[in-house]
Amino acid sequence: MPGNEPNLVDLGFMDARIKLIDIAAFLDRLDRHGQADDYRIRALRKAFSELDSKEPGRASRVLGALSDHTEEPIDAADIQGAFGAPPESN
Amino acid sequence: MRYIEPHAHMVSRTTDDYMALAMAGCKAVNEPAFWAGYDRASAQGFYDYFRQITEYEPKRAAKFCIEHYCWLCINPKESEDPGLAREVMALIPDFLKSPNVLGIGEIGLNKNSRNELMILEEHIQIAEDHDQMILVHTPHLEDKLKGTKLIIDALLNHSKIDPSRVIIDHVEEHTAPLVLDRGFWAGMTLYPESKVTPNRAIDMLEMYGTERVWMNSACDWGVSDPLSVPKAALEMRKRGYDDAFIDRIIYSNPAQFMGQSERFGLK
Repeated sequence: MPGNEPNLVDLGFMDARIKLIDIAAFLDRLDRHGQADDYRIRALRKAFSELDSKEPGRASRVLGALSDHTEEPIDAADIQGAFGAPPESN
Repeated sequence: MRYIEPHAHMVSRTTDDYMALAMAGCKAVNEPAFWAGYDRASAQGFYDYFRQITEYEPKRAAKFCIEHYCWLCINPKESEDPGLAREVMALIPDFLKSPNVLGIGEIGLNKNSRNELMILEEHIQIAEDHDQMILVHTPHLEDKLKGTKLIIDALLNHSKIDPSRVIIDHVEEHTAPLVLDRGFWAGMTLYPESKVTPNRAIDMLEMYGTERVWMNSACDWGVSDPLSVPKAALEMRKRGYDDAFIDRIIYSNPAQFMGQSERFGLK
């Protein structure tokens, strides 16, 4: 840790506030347009519980909640991109 | 301030970007071979690309007083076709003689398929056979955790590969400990829309330490910021870190890793 530590709340609060409101507005938008029933949104909702956790390691656990936890290589790559959340069959 | 940009795809960038890097204090760039944004049709396309990053790009960088180093491979996105991949890999040994080549990379996985893994293993064998360092790309988003584990297993299966000569790039909070605990170097890629932000990268320094880590922009033809490393330096300064700390992270650490090659000129 630095010797001359600034107030990290001062540094980061507004940024966190903006992001939190943006997520809330995103969910409202999906509801309004009937598009909330998507596996990626269900994965996000599951990960939200980590935000209220009292245990350190929240970022790692959110990433874990949005990760493929299978262990074997897939037979073939039929796409090149990624979607941000694993298929629910995984 | 001085720094090294240890992962940049400068063939995709303009001379204005080189100017901005130079003015921000960049002394050297490291250019791993990568996907062009489309699949190349033949090994000849890779031959031309390898010439570009070993012959032409160092001259372009030199005009801005920046040293240019590169790494060679066929990237995992084009590894699903083993025939093409092997034709490309056959080109690599001759290019390893080029004076700015530091190793094999960025090899790795993309969708974690069997063919990608097979071609990764063959690249690791090339590195072992030619005593080369390795720079590893880890998969995107939901594929990163699984891919990082498969990559680490593949590397550890080669007993002659020294983890201290391998950097596993694009780590995030859920993969950095896996990489560092096994003695590899870890790269943190600062992207505007994915990978990590400067503040998350600094958080990882606080959680996992400052040894065997570097920060990079991985700037390419997509949404990316060639100045993300100096911007991360500013965030470190805002968070109270001094010049010596910042210099270690953005200059001395990448110089230490790249300096394991006698070709690296900034000691």
